[in-house]
Amino acid sequence: MSTADIEVVVTGLGATTPLGGDVTSTWEALLAGRSGVRRIDDDEHEWVTRHDLPVKIASPLAVSPAETIPRVQLRRLDRCEQVALVAAKEAWAHAGFGGGSAGEVAVEPERLAVVIGTGIGGAVTLLDQDDLLEGPGLRKVSPLTVPMLMPNGPAAWVGLELGARGGVHAPVSACASGAEAMAWAMRLLQAGEVDVVVAGGAEACITGITVAGFVQARTLSQRNDDPEGASRPFDAHRDGFVLGEGAGVMVLERAEFAAARGATVHGRLAGFGITADAYHITGPDPEGTGQARAITRSIEHAGVSASDVTHVNCHATSTVAGDVGETRAVRKALGDHPVLTAPKSALGHLVGAAGAVEGIITLLSIREGIIPATLNLTELDPGVELDVVAGEPRKADITAAVNDSFGFGGHNVALTFVKP
Amino acid sequence: MADNTEILAGLAEIVEEVAGIDAAEVSADKSFVDDLDIDSLSMVEIAVQAEDKFGVKIPDDQLAELKTVGDAVDYIAKNQ
Repeated sequence: MSTADIEVVVTGLGATTPLGGDVTSTWEALLAGRSGVRRIDDDEHEWVTRHDLPVKIASPLAVSPAETIPRVQLRRLDRCEQVALVAAKEAWAHAGFGGGSAGEVAVEPERLAVVIGTGIGGAVTLLDQDDLLEGPGLRKVSPLTVPMLMPNGPAAWVGLELGARGGVHAPVSACASGAEAMAWAMRLLQAGEVDVVVAGGAEACITGITVAGFVQARTLSQRNDDPEGASRPFDAHRDGFVLGEGAGVMVLERAEFAAARGATVHGRLAGFGITADAYHITGPDPEGTGQARAITRSIEHAGVSASDVTHVNCHATSTVAGDVGETRAVRKALGDHPVLTAPKSALGHLVGAAGAVEGIITLLSIREGIIPATLNLTELDPGVELDVVAGEPRKADITAAVNDSFGFGGHNVALTFVKP
Repeated sequence: MADNTEILAGLAEIVEEVAGIDAAEVSADKSFVDDLDIDSLSMVEIAVQAEDKFGVKIPDDQLAELKTVGDAVDYIAKNQ
């Protein structure tokens, strides 16, 4: 059997997002057309007013990690590590490892790996601890500073929690990190290195300097008077993305291993494509060439043809430059038949978690036969020239779907999910 | 100046805050590492909080010698 013949199935899903504290509530909110974007010029985010930031909106978590993580563990973790743990525990239990129906057949720790990416990592810890160093001084700096700020922290904590000894990895590719984690997971499984991988992305960096940095890069929406209407991918009047936070995690397994333990299969990750633009540090190549190559590689890896792919879950962040370029890439790689949706219209942009959460949404769209609507699409940008689901969710019998994720640095990742 | 009973109670509060161990479990005969399962990072946090609470200095070489809760109570009592 060649490595490409090793099928990779998804047996567990977990998420905590601006729409809900788990996968079910997130999915139901998406189908109901709810938005997770809100005003944040409040006491909790006092820096918005103190610095007179022109952006006063974001999409924070719907459910605080403090609801499920014990107090002592909570204070040892950066928020990006907290959300990773919340999502990973849900996915692990969903896969039947945490004492569920298939829990009798555990995976050997040496055959279990973790891949959790993040875009920014523990930036909030870095800032908080620097304030302590500059203020009261060294004695007040936490001995947990480094494990809280390191970008491999989310992956490492999940690995500890689950006892994963087959390797713990942390891809860092900005807003493509979560998707790249899925790709790495598939590589590990197809290389035969492990039987099960817990993979995903985590991000929690809604703080003054990240918002200020994105403001100065002119990438954030300033539609403060209409928070729920601020993230409007593919709309002619979009003015930037909305910064969000959250995590998404999947349990992926060799199909044979999953079958042997009687696990429920929710979907199949059939292929991935990773490319780089080498064009500009933040701006995407306007022709979408690198993005198109990622999509093409992904479907080739999956062994499906362009005509098989009837749905694309887009990266589409609601920036002026990005959205139309992505549709060029889709047309180039797949043609003009796929139906698009842009979940960031409801979720905001979860940065390093985006690809993982949206991968879950793509998989659920196939499993449930329904594509969530893109919110706020009132006037389609004439450059789009593709069918975007808007207004209401659309029923669709999907055989194969592609999920795009792109990141600052010119990172392009496309995942192809197929019906199991 | 706190007496030994007060120091023990104060230390137990700190251990509960930092490590999540019920203050009632924190008795003089317990070893921080072997009985209470407190790691070296948490010991640093406990020491810093104890210094603030009791007005003592606990240098690193001294901290390494404080194996049990009773050792810490005695050290604080002598040096506050």
